Amino acid sequence: MKIYNGGPIVLGIAIFLAIALFPFYNNIGKVNATPKPKVDTPAILEYEKLNGKKECVESKEWMRGEHMQLLNQWRDSVVRDYNRGYVSNSNHKRFDMSLQNGCMKCHSNKKKFCDECHNYLSVKPYCWDCHIQPKEEETKS
Amino acid sequence: MSMDRRDFLKAAGISSILGFGASVASAANLITGKQLLPPQVDRNKEVLTAKRWAMVVDMSRFRTDEDFTKTIEACHSIHNVPSFPNKKDEIKWVWKTGFERAFPGHENKYMSEHLKDMPFLLLCNHCDNPPCVRVCPTQATYKLPDGITMQDMHRCIGCRFCMAGCPYGARSFNYRDPRPFIKNENKEYPTRTKGVVEKCTFCTERLSVGKMPACVEAAPPGGLLFGDLEDPNSDVRKIVTEKYTIRRKSELGTGPAIYYLIGGGEHA
Amino acid sequence: MLEKALEGGKKYWAWVFFLGIFALSGVYWYLRQFEYGLGLTGLNRDVSWGLYIGQFTFLVGVAASAVMLVIPYYLHDYKKFGKIVILGEFLAIAAVTMCILFIFVDMGQPMRIMNVMLHPTLNSVMFWDSLVLSGYLFINALVGWVTLGSDKKGVPPPKWIKPWIYLSIPWAISIHTVTAFLYAGVPGRHFWLTAVMAARFLASAFAGGPALLIILSLIVRKVSRFDPGKEAIQAVSRIVAYAMFANVFLLGLEFFTAFYSGIPGHTHPFKYLYVGLDGHHELNGIMWLSSIFAVISLVMLWIPGVRKKEGSLVLACIMLFISLWIDKGFGLIIGGFVPNPFEEVNPYWPTYPETMITAGVWAIGFLVLTFLYKIAIGVREQTAGVEIEH
Repeated sequence: MKIYNGGPIVLGIAIFLAIALFPFYNNIGKVNATPKPKVDTPAILEYEKLNGKKECVESKEWMRGEHMQLLNQWRDSVVRDYNRGYVSNSNHKRFDMSLQNGCMKCHSNKKKFCDECHNYLSVKPYCWDCHIQPKEEETKS
Repeated sequence: MSMDRRDFLKAAGISSILGFGASVASAANLITGKQLLPPQVDRNKEVLTAKRWAMVVDMSRFRTDEDFTKTIEACHSIHNVPSFPNKKDEIKWVWKTGFERAFPGHENKYMSEHLKDMPFLLLCNHCDNPPCVRVCPTQATYKLPDGITMQDMHRCIGCRFCMAGCPYGARSFNYRDPRPFIKNENKEYPTRTKGVVEKCTFCTERLSVGKMPACVEAAPPGGLLFGDLEDPNSDVRKIVTEKYTIRRKSELGTGPAIYYLIGGGEHA
Repeated sequence: MLEKALEGGKKYWAWVFFLGIFALSGVYWYLRQFEYGLGLTGLNRDVSWGLYIGQFTFLVGVAASAVMLVIPYYLHDYKKFGKIVILGEFLAIAAVTMCILFIFVDMGQPMRIMNVMLHPTLNSVMFWDSLVLSGYLFINALVGWVTLGSDKKGVPPPKWIKPWIYLSIPWAISIHTVTAFLYAGVPGRHFWLTAVMAARFLASAFAGGPALLIILSLIVRKVSRFDPGKEAIQAVSRIVAYAMFANVFLLGLEFFTAFYSGIPGHTHPFKYLYVGLDGHHELNGIMWLSSIFAVISLVMLWIPGVRKKEGSLVLACIMLFISLWIDKGFGLIIGGFVPNPFEEVNPYWPTYPETMITAGVWAIGFLVLTFLYKIAIGVREQTAGVEIEH
């Protein structure tokens, strides 16, 4: 079987494979630790002391998948409808719908909490372009 | 089964358009999502409400330079408004300017320079019929039911049509990243990022927790009055009904809600 | 047919390479602007739209001008335009591409552009503009490709393309009317608040676009074996002459209303542009150049002896194009923003990065035009002598 222009074709395929498979062979041997977000900021531990358990706006499993959807809904509700309070589906407590003054009051350790999973998944949310990150505090690890 | 090249390309084209369309539709659903409804969401009990928020400005109460800077600083500091070294990037939500600039066309050639430069405080007029809201392609600027012309910095695409539409020069654009130019960050309010338009919002974040707008609190007593025009007992309604006030460029039909009191007055 | 764009001599590839350099430099400078923000341009708090939006406005007009070939050929059976309608449609595609690119580079948050579709706002003229421009791009691509493909095969185009062709006529008028509405409905800017804005836009479009088409046709004749036809070019030149008269006349009407009424809101922008205001004369030179070129080119187009000689015709077209490019692509925008709502003058002038990005977008547009024209020329050369039936 005669391959016309075989040289350039094989070269082209080789270059394509080199580029397309780069993410894979570049990461051989690199450590991929499963993310371990830390929920032991002073604020959270304080809450635990007062209430006996750690509690977020919704359950951990639900938040893991849906926190971005929730934040989008909060955003529209606060900015466009003047609302401030959100009643949780899981524990029926009322929370202030705010990223900076709500979520980040407890989760003040962005590097050890938010960034743990985001970096692992290479997610770069641009919330922090505007919303001010809390100052990192010392946590008990 | 064999298919000729044209039919294959047609089929591939149509299926990729459908696939792309479907993914955009589902992404759109993910982004816009379901709205949160009461009673799951509610307002704070101490929220300040009105049918039509408006402001009366009594310039006779602003006597010293400090009166002005305190008022302007109050707004700009709690809202993380940056201060840039060069004028072209300037961002301001509330500012001071002279009479002939605030009300161009009302001056006359015999007026003394002193009168022409008489200072006035300017800000977004939160018009009844705002051209900026009319032209915004994404409803990033919109009217709240209480009369405030609000800005959603999340949705703004930075097209600046609203800036072209505003007859009052009330809007500013972030031509570059503002964060290095914010003197003292207020950690309880976000900054903005480059590429979005911003302006006075009548402090909705303070109204929703029962506080008056920052400029109103910081102004000299009686300098800025803030209230509900539809409430017959409010200060602003009483002044607007009984005293002579002017609004900027009112002949344009925009219905501004900032009333400048002429002659000063006695009120609480 | 796409392969025809890849067959060319040394001069063709040299031209493509030349455009490619400017396109790449435009991309580089845009990445810099994306990183820094629009502060890299000369825009300020008062003049918030500048060169990018001006170029967009001008190019919408060029895009609409395809209709000046479509109407005579498809509605009135003017057979002489049969061979060159495709040049008009392909010019429209290149122009609309540039329009979309100029909007994109002007946006503060381009990553959020889908918000315009996700949150449709029926009262916003900009929403409608994005719809009609995309639609126009689609229609021209469809009509151009299908008709050219049929010409290549030597058969009349399929019947279903006719409704699309007829649709392109009111659609072309609408794209420029909607773009004019961006300006003409805004209450605070008296330089723009005129009922004749859409009429001016259409007149300048139907003068500037076909003028460019004449220039391009003469180039096509020079670099290929495809001759658009002397009579076709002369017919287009008559269209340009009438449209330019309407354009200059309407501009004169604007001057009259402004200066006879004497209202400062109307006179001050004209004064800033032509004689200076508050000691600022930045734009006077180019605005006078634009007006002088407009009058000279109009006179040249109206003298039959001058118009019928292709040498002087092309000179008139070049002056006309430059005149309109300055007037619509720059002067119109700045005049709306200066003086500002406080009657102050804060002048604007494009910066180097802004100019390089603009040049980059023009280069990309011309690349699209070059490739499409190469294809059209390839088909015409192949089917030379065959009667075109549409």
